[in-house]
Amino acid sequence: MPMQALTGTRLRERRLALGLRQAEIAGQAGISASYLNLIEHNRRRVQGEVLVALAGALGVPVAQLAEGAEGGLGDDLRAAAATAAALGAEAAEVGRVEEFAGRFPGWASVVVAMHGRMQSLERAVEALNDRMTHDPHLSESLHEVLSALSSVRSTAAILAETEDIEAEWRERFHRNLHADSERMAAGAEALVAYLDGSEAAAEAGIAAPLEEMEAWLAGRGWVLPELEAGQGAVLAAEVERLASGAARELARGWLAQAARDAAALPMADLIAALDGGAPDPLLLAARFGVGADVVFRRLALVPERVFGLVVCDASGTLLFRRPAEGFPLPRFGSACPLWPLFTALGHAGRAVVAEVAVAGQRLRRFRVMAHAAAEHPAGFGGVELRHAHMLVMPAEAVAGTAAQVTVGPTCRICPRGDCPARREPSIVSLG
Amino acid sequence: MARVVLIEDEPNIAEAIRFLLARDGCEVHALPDGLGGVEAVRAGAPDLVILDLMLPGVSGLDLLAAIRADAGLAAVPVLMLTAKGQGRDREAAERAGVSRFMTKPFANAEMLAAVRDLVGQQG
Repeated sequence: MPMQALTGTRLRERRLALGLRQAEIAGQAGISASYLNLIEHNRRRVQGEVLVALAGALGVPVAQLAEGAEGGLGDDLRAAAATAAALGAEAAEVGRVEEFAGRFPGWASVVVAMHGRMQSLERAVEALNDRMTHDPHLSESLHEVLSALSSVRSTAAILAETEDIEAEWRERFHRNLHADSERMAAGAEALVAYLDGSEAAAEAGIAAPLEEMEAWLAGRGWVLPELEAGQGAVLAAEVERLASGAARELARGWLAQAARDAAALPMADLIAALDGGAPDPLLLAARFGVGADVVFRRLALVPERVFGLVVCDASGTLLFRRPAEGFPLPRFGSACPLWPLFTALGHAGRAVVAEVAVAGQRLRRFRVMAHAAAEHPAGFGGVELRHAHMLVMPAEAVAGTAAQVTVGPTCRICPRGDCPARREPSIVSLG
Repeated sequence: MARVVLIEDEPNIAEAIRFLLARDGCEVHALPDGLGGVEAVRAGAPDLVILDLMLPGVSGLDLLAAIRADAGLAAVPVLMLTAKGQGRDREAAERAGVSRFMTKPFANAEMLAAVRDLVGQQG
């Protein structure tokens, strides 16, 4: 049980950090010191009342002891292990990932950073490879140049090597040479112009645009007061500093939408309506006379609140995500098909609400609301577009009640053993 | 005198090859494309066919297959002109029964040696 191994180690670290002896903590928690010793060395499972008592004695929330404080780091490490396994490397001790992350946080970060770098380089290589092999413009230009070069080479050699060449032929070959060298120059220029112009596109293949935009927003703490202070130019300038052209394009579109949203639903009004409570996007939409999608997007930007948000299109591709702590969002690959987001996607207009558990994190619960809207940008007879929004809010786990659905990050690193929606085997120990 | 049918859509390349081979004692019948099909090739009564892989209208590969399927031409050597970066097409041409490849841009001496070799093998 990887989570138990984690918990014991974490208990011990916390106790040592507080400078307390096992006997003191054990006494407060009402267990024997030797039993605590077993727990701390992950030889006994700890859960329920004992865990709550120990957490109380150590002055930390139960969830922090039971789940990985490293959270996303654990998922990233599992993903790294999955990649290495796919390459035929020796299997990593995936079951002890939290122990590794807990004991060697620096090394764990190194592994994750290397893996991230490797993934981005792989994407870049793929993008460049595609460009070389499937780019009709490139191969056409090259063919044109080679063809002209072929003619020039043969013709020039004939002129150079044939001593008794007739005047008529010589003139003809001179004309051909001239025409072909012009063709070659034009072809070469076109190639150079093309390769210059493709730098931006090659860059875009290197970092996933969505991640780049996410990093920008996370860096701002997911707060954009400039939207309503008439300082949109400040945000636009920040967007222009993003590394890749694709991310800039994505962020520009997102920013324009966010500005329209801010005009339709000012943050001050939204904060007043929330009054510190939990939101219902549909009620808010009705109250302010705006689309539910506007409310979803505005909620993700409420200062000092953390409303996780995931947006996808009809293909299920994630268009936007604001993480909520503990709710696993895949960094690579497809998301969990059990997300209520996808339930909503299939039934435009339906209000989907669910108490969601996360596989491998027994003490966490989320209240999730999802809603999809259909748009018809070309009117009747035109295409139908869908955007689904999913709001993710931490919720208290109520003892004895099961969550409606247990979700994971993405199949490869999801520990759920009995999942009816599994697409591919998990590399995480199932249990 | 060896008879060569040359199918090449680049007129200047065709002209250079024609000049070279004529000087070497071949009779060259040049076609600008493969639209005349295998009949046009047969009409030249060739001892050797030089065929560009990339032709307008009909692909060099299709024409090669037609030549190999033609009773009168099946045994005639075919020298195929290719540009670099056509690895997959070359494999297909090999399966279709090409005799030899010549990569553009070729040296004239290479071209002459290949033609002499292929015509000599046959005759």
